[in-house]
Amino acid sequence: MSQPESALADAQAGGRAPESLAALAQRYGLRRAIARPSMPAYLRQLWDRRHFILTYATSRNVSKYSESALGQLWQVLTPLLNAAVYWLMFGIILDQHKGIDNYPAFLITGVMVFTFTQRTVTGGAKSISSNLSLIRALHFPRASLPLAYAMQELQQLGWSMGVLLALILVTGETPTLLWVLVPLSLLMQLVFNLGVSLFMARVGAFARDVNQLLPFILRTWLYASGVFYMISDKTKHLPDILRWALEFNPAAAYIEFMRDLLIYDRFPERWAWTTCIFWAVFALIAGFWYFWRAEERYGRG
Amino acid sequence: MAELTEEQSQVAQEEDSEIGSPTVIVDDLHIVYKVYGAASESEKGNAANALMRVLRRQGRPQMKEVHAVKGVSFVARHGEAIGIIGRNGSGKSTLLRAIAGLLPPHKGAVYTDGQPSLLGVNAALMKELTGERNIVLGCYAMGMSPAEVQAKYDEIVDFSGIGEFVQFPMSTYSSGMGARLRFAISSAKTHDVLLIDEALATGDRDFKRKSQERIMQMRESAGTVFLVAHNLDVIEETCNRVIWLHKGKIKMEGDPQEVLEAYNKA
Repeated sequence: MSQPESALADAQAGGRAPESLAALAQRYGLRRAIARPSMPAYLRQLWDRRHFILTYATSRNVSKYSESALGQLWQVLTPLLNAAVYWLMFGIILDQHKGIDNYPAFLITGVMVFTFTQRTVTGGAKSISSNLSLIRALHFPRASLPLAYAMQELQQLGWSMGVLLALILVTGETPTLLWVLVPLSLLMQLVFNLGVSLFMARVGAFARDVNQLLPFILRTWLYASGVFYMISDKTKHLPDILRWALEFNPAAAYIEFMRDLLIYDRFPERWAWTTCIFWAVFALIAGFWYFWRAEERYGRG
Repeated sequence: MAELTEEQSQVAQEEDSEIGSPTVIVDDLHIVYKVYGAASESEKGNAANALMRVLRRQGRPQMKEVHAVKGVSFVARHGEAIGIIGRNGSGKSTLLRAIAGLLPPHKGAVYTDGQPSLLGVNAALMKELTGERNIVLGCYAMGMSPAEVQAKYDEIVDFSGIGEFVQFPMSTYSSGMGARLRFAISSAKTHDVLLIDEALATGDRDFKRKSQERIMQMRESAGTVFLVAHNLDVIEETCNRVIWLHKGKIKMEGDPQEVLEAYNKA
């Protein structure tokens, strides 16, 4: 008690007799200003903020390209150039397509699917730490921020998918009925991304160095996920357990799932469905719970 | 000082029969927060220095812990308008943020009735976007529903007086126009406990008068108002109790005239 006099004065004025402030608060039914809401209440608050989440995502996308001359056209150009760079490197210069029919389609699908996860996770990791002033000014469930960043990437993905489908048609694939499952595959991936980015948002909020480290981790993940090569080719000679671990990699699973639908024209195997659904559900529950546990502390930085 | 506070609440009691029930209780509050990128001249370093620090297990010099509020206690009641004064860096804004529940206490606690809200949406707005988009974004950030946003939109544009500039990006606004729009957006919502941090010194004389009227209105509809301002006239006119913070502690509190007099002498 640094101010015994003033605390005493207040206690006397309020309770007419010395009484602790905590007891006074309890008598009048006052609650702690900062308290983590229960999980159902938190989910309800998040739902009430859905308009904020969507508007914030759209606003960020609009303001992102507002300084460049081509403006929103970059939403299409970015994935297109991205695909072009990888195709030039691995398709032409390194001439990698041993044993893979239609290597450009194979490569571009992998790059686009992985980029979706990569960008959502990177955004999520920064969503809290780069919005401290917002967190210190307004009240809202903090999970709105990683969710808004994920929505922003989802809007971008709309354009990338358009580019992807167009390029795949150009490389000579024909659309099949399986293409209607594409949104489902993206939905599973989105849910997985949400979970990971919520997890990374908390990590990035308290250990800022993670944001410097994350690009390297993500690049390693990129190389391990069979974007440039066929995972089953490379794992043929490995022991079962190692092969199983490599193929259980969520990014690889989502990439293979999408290739099944778009290129190989085959219904994904039960193993692929299980892996994709498992990772989506597990990541979302674990990530959301982990993020929520620190809800009241994000303002401190 | 004990008598002063009692007197104060009695005066207040005559004004409003509901008065007296506490709305905000601050109990021995300590706030510590981290500041990044605030290295002093001698500590500014290169990679080699940084490595040495890691090896010696010292913290990052760019990251400083600031003990901004050091054991503050008081009770705010229904119908009070409390002014908080103090020099720069005395912990006024930090205290407001803690009351709003935005900064977690290091020690002690803040108890509130309802959700106190800070008047200010600046952090949610984006200067590359048009005024129109920013109004919608700001309203959603404060937790309004689409229907409420629609109902308030015209009023916000009118009040800010920026006219057709609402269709231009905020980066093209003069500083006065930006401040007016921000005030118009953030004052569009009604609050139980309202916290105002230096919002009155914006815009020209005409707008200042308008915003002061708006604050008075909000004070009437809100249970309790906290006001931080460097302009002491505003505090004297608006508040019926003043808390003087000095280096994170309460130096004096009570009747506005008395505290302001002492503050001006110091």
